[in-house]
Amino acid sequence: MLFGREGHDDLVVRSARVIDPAQGIDDLLDVRVDRGVITDLGLNVSPNGHRVVEGRGLVLAPAFVDPHVHLRTPGREDEETVASGTAAAAAGGFCAILAMPNTEPVVDSAAVLGSLIDTAREEAEVPVGFLAAITRGQRGEELSEMAELADAGAAGFSDDGRPVVAPGLMRRALQYHAITGRRVAVHCEEPTLSRSGQMHEGPVSAELGLAGYPSVAESVMVGRDLALAAHETQPIHLLHLSARESVDELRRAQAAGVRATGEATPHHLVLTDEAVRSLDPNLKMNPPLRGDDDRAALVAAVRDGTISVIATDHAPHAAHEKDVPFEEAPFGVTGLETAFAALNTHLVGTGLLTLPTLLARMSTGPARAYGLEPPRIEKGARANLVLLDPEASWRVGEDGFRSRSQNSWLLGETLRGKVRLTVADGRVVFEAA
Amino acid sequence: MTVQLVRDDLLPPADPPPRRHLISIGDLTREDVTRLLATAHSFERSLEREMKKLPTLRGRTVVNLFFESSTRTSSSFELAAKRLSADVMSVKSSGSSVDKGESLKDTALTLAAYDPDVIVIRHPQIGAPTLVSRLTAAHVVNAGDGKHQHPTQALLDLYTIEQNVGPAEGLHVAIVGDVLHSRVARSNIQALTLMGARVTLVGPPALIPRGIETMGCEVSTDIAAIGSADVVYVLRMQRERMEAGENYVPSLREYTARWGVTPARLRPGQKVMHPGPMNRGVEIDPVVADSVDALIETQVRAGLVVRMAVLYDLLTHGPVEVKSEATQEVA
Repeated sequence: MLFGREGHDDLVVRSARVIDPAQGIDDLLDVRVDRGVITDLGLNVSPNGHRVVEGRGLVLAPAFVDPHVHLRTPGREDEETVASGTAAAAAGGFCAILAMPNTEPVVDSAAVLGSLIDTAREEAEVPVGFLAAITRGQRGEELSEMAELADAGAAGFSDDGRPVVAPGLMRRALQYHAITGRRVAVHCEEPTLSRSGQMHEGPVSAELGLAGYPSVAESVMVGRDLALAAHETQPIHLLHLSARESVDELRRAQAAGVRATGEATPHHLVLTDEAVRSLDPNLKMNPPLRGDDDRAALVAAVRDGTISVIATDHAPHAAHEKDVPFEEAPFGVTGLETAFAALNTHLVGTGLLTLPTLLARMSTGPARAYGLEPPRIEKGARANLVLLDPEASWRVGEDGFRSRSQNSWLLGETLRGKVRLTVADGRVVFEAA
Repeated sequence: MTVQLVRDDLLPPADPPPRRHLISIGDLTREDVTRLLATAHSFERSLEREMKKLPTLRGRTVVNLFFESSTRTSSSFELAAKRLSADVMSVKSSGSSVDKGESLKDTALTLAAYDPDVIVIRHPQIGAPTLVSRLTAAHVVNAGDGKHQHPTQALLDLYTIEQNVGPAEGLHVAIVGDVLHSRVARSNIQALTLMGARVTLVGPPALIPRGIETMGCEVSTDIAAIGSADVVYVLRMQRERMEAGENYVPSLREYTARWGVTPARLRPGQKVMHPGPMNRGVEIDPVVADSVDALIETQVRAGLVVRMAVLYDLLTHGPVEVKSEATQEVA
């Protein structure tokens, strides 16, 4: 389900604080990688003649998995390519990403999917999985050939960017999970409620005059999709949740035994609709930034595991498309290169989340939600590692971006936490200068 | 692996240079508003002279950039700049490069090449003046951006109220109609509450945005709520917004029956205002529009001196010269 360039490296990371929450590891240890595989984990590990990376003062963790990335390929290679998007992922500490199918053309046939997989094998810096569309052309009218797409290597199914409006069609898609075994991931938005909403409906939208996109436009769809998943006894993944009411729905469904997972983005965990007062188009996204109690509910859900997935929803846009009045700007912001630093600064640094919990939600959580093998630090495991300096400060944009687009919601902000080294599928894919 | 360098203009400067714009009433303090209205009043006298032109902004350039049709605002800005002896360039979107698909950014940069001191912009999209203020060195005056703000309208309304009714402090103003789509309403709520007036919004539930009471106003769906107001400010019902199957109200007829401002719903002496253009017989009864208590034409006249004051204030940083000029005239 994941495709990328092949290769393997040898390496020893010495005296890092090794944190692997899934295995209960939090200790000062050495880790040795031989030909891309973790072969030793302990004190005074013999380097075997490998290159030694000093890890003192740094954190070594299972590398991150981002299940929600827009690679804009095919169709908008000016905004992102498989090469540039995966290079950005490597710089952000990710060892695997999943790409959304809302490209031009939409990934709804084995032919388009096959050509993307070929491209990934040639140029992907970190392994990529490709989601395919639930419905043909993401038009919400007929199912795509999901079984064939699964056989051709689709990592899951989503009409992300749009909801599957018709409940009957959504039900059919969930029924097909029994055939494909690949996760169905839904963008929850009731279009007659969100209408042409530009931002969260509330006091700030009332004051700014921007058309409101109310929380209930998301939560009624969350409720509907969870009810359908419960009825079909199939798993479901809820993309980029933004509203407190959605979190409540998810928590109730999980308690009732529905196999539902939920996702939150760094920008929804850090910002509120107050930020939109600047009318900066880099603060325009779908779903929109919501109120402070929504943000608090998302953080609490990430903490208690109701939301087990942090995903960037990395959505590159050409500069000329964002250099326009707020109302005209497209939805979406980039996030691969800033996700860890943003959350380390604003959630761990403020005591809202512990570092191990953040690491788990960025790695094990996303992998499990899509049935991927979770990265882990264990003898015999393929090396998927990130070496982090949680204390280092940097200014976003000062060294440029590996992404082809620069529509970061953090442009110019000083963050704490830097990725020093990323190992993906046994290969060193990023090293900080 | 190529690193994409960030263009310098995307990184905000560490300390943004002090530059004054008028994009929102929220940019102003109570002192600013008081000064602007006093300046406007002093210009009133200059307009009574036979020679109406003041030399104050000679050699300054004002660009009027109008992306939306407008009669009163564009003509009033143009005349205001001319009365102050500024060079004025008026660009309308139709017949300009905008028709050829030019972006706002490129239009703004093109006009900025002439080093204008002020760019006055009206645009259908929220955030357009903000974008222009980021791209050029000119002072930017918002002449209306989408449903967001129309600050000079609120200032001229405030001026009209203070000249014809009395100080805003303690007055009760009812704003009636389609608040949801109204930049005039938003600017007026801010300006009136800033100056200490009590503001009540009255209209159909779907046209009063949820949460707007946090701006410091009261909200009612009952037209009887205008009874205690000193001033009834009637908003334009935008027919195009009502008729596209949007269901904000079931019909214009029902709107008029329920929320129309009619003689029967007003007390004698209650002043009536409207930003224009009016839909007579829809939001406002023709008898009300033509009554002695209507201040609608007074508002238009106030627009000129208030816009003169805004241009003057931005380009000369404060009221000092105007005061001395007013003194000279008295002397």
